[in-house]
Amino acid sequence: MQTWSEIGYDSKIEGDVIVTRVDAALNWFRKNSLWPMPMGLACCAIELMAVGASRFDISRFGSEVMRFSPRQSDVMIVAGTVTYKMASVVKRIYDQMAEPKWVIAMGACASTGGMYRSYAVLQGVDRILPVDIYVAGCPPRPEAVLDALMKLQNKVQHEPLLATLKKTAA
Amino acid sequence: MTAREQASQLKARFGDLISEPVEFCGDVTVRLADAERVVEVCDFAKKELGFNFLVDISSLDNYGEDPRWTVVYHLRGLETGCELRLKTDVSEEKSELPTVTGVWRTADWHEREIYDMMGIRFRGHPDLRRILMWEGYPYFPLRKDFPLAGKSSEVPEVAFTRPAPLAGGPFVTVAGGKDAIEREPRVRNPED
Repeated sequence: MQTWSEIGYDSKIEGDVIVTRVDAALNWFRKNSLWPMPMGLACCAIELMAVGASRFDISRFGSEVMRFSPRQSDVMIVAGTVTYKMASVVKRIYDQMAEPKWVIAMGACASTGGMYRSYAVLQGVDRILPVDIYVAGCPPRPEAVLDALMKLQNKVQHEPLLATLKKTAA
Repeated sequence: MTAREQASQLKARFGDLISEPVEFCGDVTVRLADAERVVEVCDFAKKELGFNFLVDISSLDNYGEDPRWTVVYHLRGLETGCELRLKTDVSEEKSELPTVTGVWRTADWHEREIYDMMGIRFRGHPDLRRILMWEGYPYFPLRKDFPLAGKSSEVPEVAFTRPAPLAGGPFVTVAGGKDAIEREPRVRNPED
């Protein structure tokens, strides 16, 4: 079963009309408007701010605003060390986000606990949340975060959307 | 008035309670024989000698020795520019000494941190509870018998902890190798 589709368009032939599948179109809308929920906990948050600033503009990719409200955002970027004390808060914020939602674990501490193999640090946010993209680095370059966003966009584009919706509705 | 002179003044006032001041690399350290009288000494230091800024209170775990705890007070005079270090010993059975929040308000959070990390209680403290870990966390993490990787614990609705995978041990560097490859952080056996 073909589970992905591309939007093929030749303006000389089709003119101003595009013919595509519904899930391709819906996924295209979703991937180009991924509003981040910045869970900026430590030093990676500074690099996240740099990604949002003018030099490495994240809004070029559709992440126009860093919505600090979980109800209004699509992707949670966990940027920084997650301590055990903070873990329940991160989980609660993630639960408050509306579907569809994705998670980018930015940096070594969010991916695996980083250099902090200790009694107080959660060894990777994937112990409490389902992570889609991991970004290595301490902190990752802003370009690496943008690359992660692009990979996430690719993942969103290839999601078999209507099939999933049909399954959950049934 | 240098710190050494002020330490001598402290000794002159309290006699045998205070040890002879030790100077090392420009720091003057003084030992207190009895931890119970720390408030008197700090009060004198603040009012008469002008040590109006408590820089830090720290604690040491002398694991295997008795007394087990050493509490270190770093005092500074903002007008005089002098710094003084005050050390007291506390035994493990007691694990308690009077609070100096009456002398410097800032001691509040320093003492809460010492209670949280070492388990030393401060008598008379206005609000002695954990500050870095959460209420109900059962261990004192900076004691020498507590492993770096941590222990499992669970406080429902608040937080959980699990031991961290150390992958063979803490990665340490050694100084003075001939190049960076020798010095790099890796698991080292206590050969040296």
